[in-house]
Amino acid sequence: MRKIEINPLTRIEGHGRISIFLDKEGDVENAFLQTVEFVGYERILRGVPIEEVPRLVSTICGVCRGVHFIASLKASDEVFSVKPSVAVRKIREIFYNAHIVEDHTAVLYAFGFPDFICGLYSSPSERNLIGVFKKIGTEFGREILKKRAGALRIFEILGGRPSHPVTALPGGWSKPVKEEERKEIIKIADELIELGKLTLKIFEDYILKNKEYEEFFRSDVYRVVLNYLGGVDENDKIAFYDGTYKFIDTKGNEIGRFKGREYLEYIAEKTLPWSYTKAPYLKKHGWKGFIDGEATGLYSVGPLARFNVGKGYNTALAQEAYEKMVDFYGGKPVHNILAYHWARAIELVNAAENIKILSSDESITERNLRQEINKVAGEGIGIVEAPRGTLIHHYRTDEKGIIQDANLIVATTQNKGAINIAVKRVAQNFIKKGRVDERILNMIEIAYRAYDLCFACATHEINNKIPFQIDIYSNEGELIKSFENYA
Amino acid sequence: MKENNPVILVFACQWCAYQGADNAGMQKYSYPSGVYIIRVPCTGRIEPEFIIEALSKGADGVFIGGCYLGECHYKDGNNKAKMRVSLLNRILKEVGFEPERIRIEWISAGEGRKFAQSMKDFAEELKKLKYR
Amino acid sequence: MKRLKIAFYTAGGCGGCDMSVIDMSESFLNFTEKFEIVFWTPMITDLKYRDIEKIPSDYIDFGFFSGNLNTKEHEKIAKLMRDKCRKLITLGICASEGGIRGLANLHTPEQLIKTAYIETISNDSSDKITPKTGLPSIKKVKTLNQVVNVDYFIGGCPPHHEHMKRVFHLILKDELPPSGSWITDGKSVCELCDKNSMLKGKPREALKEIKRLYEGTPESDRCLLEQGYLCLGPLTLGDCGCRCPSVNIPCAGCGGAVSGVSDFGLRAISMIAGIVEREELIQKIPAPVFLFYRYTLASFLNKLGGRK
Repeated sequence: MRKIEINPLTRIEGHGRISIFLDKEGDVENAFLQTVEFVGYERILRGVPIEEVPRLVSTICGVCRGVHFIASLKASDEVFSVKPSVAVRKIREIFYNAHIVEDHTAVLYAFGFPDFICGLYSSPSERNLIGVFKKIGTEFGREILKKRAGALRIFEILGGRPSHPVTALPGGWSKPVKEEERKEIIKIADELIELGKLTLKIFEDYILKNKEYEEFFRSDVYRVVLNYLGGVDENDKIAFYDGTYKFIDTKGNEIGRFKGREYLEYIAEKTLPWSYTKAPYLKKHGWKGFIDGEATGLYSVGPLARFNVGKGYNTALAQEAYEKMVDFYGGKPVHNILAYHWARAIELVNAAENIKILSSDESITERNLRQEINKVAGEGIGIVEAPRGTLIHHYRTDEKGIIQDANLIVATTQNKGAINIAVKRVAQNFIKKGRVDERILNMIEIAYRAYDLCFACATHEINNKIPFQIDIYSNEGELIKSFENYA
Repeated sequence: MKENNPVILVFACQWCAYQGADNAGMQKYSYPSGVYIIRVPCTGRIEPEFIIEALSKGADGVFIGGCYLGECHYKDGNNKAKMRVSLLNRILKEVGFEPERIRIEWISAGEGRKFAQSMKDFAEELKKLKYR
Repeated sequence: MKRLKIAFYTAGGCGGCDMSVIDMSESFLNFTEKFEIVFWTPMITDLKYRDIEKIPSDYIDFGFFSGNLNTKEHEKIAKLMRDKCRKLITLGICASEGGIRGLANLHTPEQLIKTAYIETISNDSSDKITPKTGLPSIKKVKTLNQVVNVDYFIGGCPPHHEHMKRVFHLILKDELPPSGSWITDGKSVCELCDKNSMLKGKPREALKEIKRLYEGTPESDRCLLEQGYLCLGPLTLGDCGCRCPSVNIPCAGCGGAVSGVSDFGLRAISMIAGIVEREELIQKIPAPVFLFYRYTLASFLNKLGGRK
């Protein structure tokens, strides 16, 4: 048995590797993706005052630099039994949408587009953000970065800094918005809508109009059939800051909805011996392993999941782009995973349009944004739709609001099953008779980049023919010896 | 600890405790030979950084000697020292380090016997703590 | 003109420091004309470890290392970077002092893993297993200079993109400070704060109370520290331009310590304890280790290490 390794995974956030095992004919027996890093936030959080948590958990990820902040902030509202005022909620939403714009922009141009715009046959040294700008023209590159800087400016005005924001207060926000700042935000919002339109156009010109790429977007190779989870508002339109969280099955029928603590009725997480990322699954379906199709217990989250779950977007341009995408695929749910990038671009437009709508409301310059804290309920759950998918923060505190217990279900974790299936399927399709080259390995990496990883993940199952590795550890957890049945 | 002779670094303020140490010498009150004394203008000058530096570089214990509360030559330097040691101890306990390695006491210029006794007591306590 | 060669690596970090460089936006594009990015792993470029190993020694002029180190893999890459980069620079407070993730050192790796994989409420922990096979084991968090020699330090969580512009300008003009220094303007957050009472000619007042972040409403033109919010601005480098106090949030010290301070948390203790009005306020501080060592716990525990 032969082992091929892709190490490290690139154009993601975090550390992972892919191990591919070939049988004696040189075809892929199995492939798995491992996250090789771990921090331990759920334990680190014990003993921390809840109001300090948003700023702390933001450092889980510096790419999705606003999501843990908002999710834990919402949880802290519940811990202290305070409800944010209308103005505070709008400010938080504008801030959050600005983050979605800059995050999706960075991910599309730095992580996702290089494979297609630089080309599947390009060399690794060209296949990156700078290569993309060379291809589309540096004037466009400048414009894109300049407009994204506008989103960062909104983020900084409202969040205090361009990354790892600080203005969180339970039930409130620490800094009021000045009228000149509100006007500046509206101006920037127009630029961001242009950024969204430009991104959709680039997507269309360089990807959809390219026959080879169009086939990939429709192919059965880059296709994983799972259940989906996404947040929707009262009209069943996709909602990011707050909503009801809806599960649909592989055919698009609703399985159920939850808010707050009800998530525990739907989601369980399985620890796997081969990766630092767990594998969440639908409790009612049960753990069935890494299979897709109708019987699967797995589900995925993120832009494509939201596209499948919701009945469209709550803004005009995004809704128009949504209808085009539905048309292209001839209906929903769409299981072709490369479509994640398309849905990502549409969400960019949606977030930009929402910034314009929300900041047009003069009442967001309200001076009094704080609430008096009198009660400590001791438990709080904050759920948001992060750029990468549904994110759940669940805290229990003592009577002083000091964290006793934390549970974080990170978006990418919920895609673990999907990513693993995708990587294996693509590897099996491209690697035949032992023929492997750098380009083929990148085709496999394209599979996980669709999911825009903040942590990679992997799985492994032990049966008779599969490659296995026996590791012997000392009492202190040090690896003493390793036996493998592969080369 | 060299052969059961703990290394104690003493920060003594020049107005009270240092003179008390001097007094101990003149009155021939003996104290353990592992004691090393640094004179400071006031205990308020002592940074927690000095204390930790001493402890991480080989001192088994750090002793801070100052004027009695209310008698500080600079009014409230010794109050600040007291509060700094108090907060430092809170932190050290939480990270699992023995706060018993730090002592702060008030010793006046004429109290040579008290100085010597304090050194002996501290050395005995340090011998009981886990060997480095 | 020959372009200077630079490279980036993210170890146990969150990627925020790398994003700070991208956040320079148009300036980032301008800099790519003056610098050649040999690799940016794993975030931006597609070079794999086997490609990086082939790079000759001292080939890269400036290497930026972000994130702390908590696996053998991180340490291996740190040594590779030290070999292949003429100058090695910590990018952000994680690589410099351990960062927020350094708080993990209050627990053992076994405790961290048990909580994450067995104890959390949504865990299906029927088999009570933890991840192990084929994975690097998790160790105590280290700073970069505990593993290799470091030439320069940049603080921040992450460093502001305006500061990153200044850093790159200094590199291009060959005006970096002496080796071993922090790259900084040298001013504290306090010096740049428009709430600073001294700058308004008023004497600093003692702390009469300790407030948690959400308690009360701060007067917007008065020093936060004086009002009882535990602001660490006086001892923190202000290369951020004093972001947090300007939005009414106390500085948490992510920029690193001003010069002359050998340990951030100890100086923070000294400062706070030195200005409270009465000792009982000291007991009122919630979670002091967290508050004062938020970014620098790993390097502090390393100092204590020989003694523990």
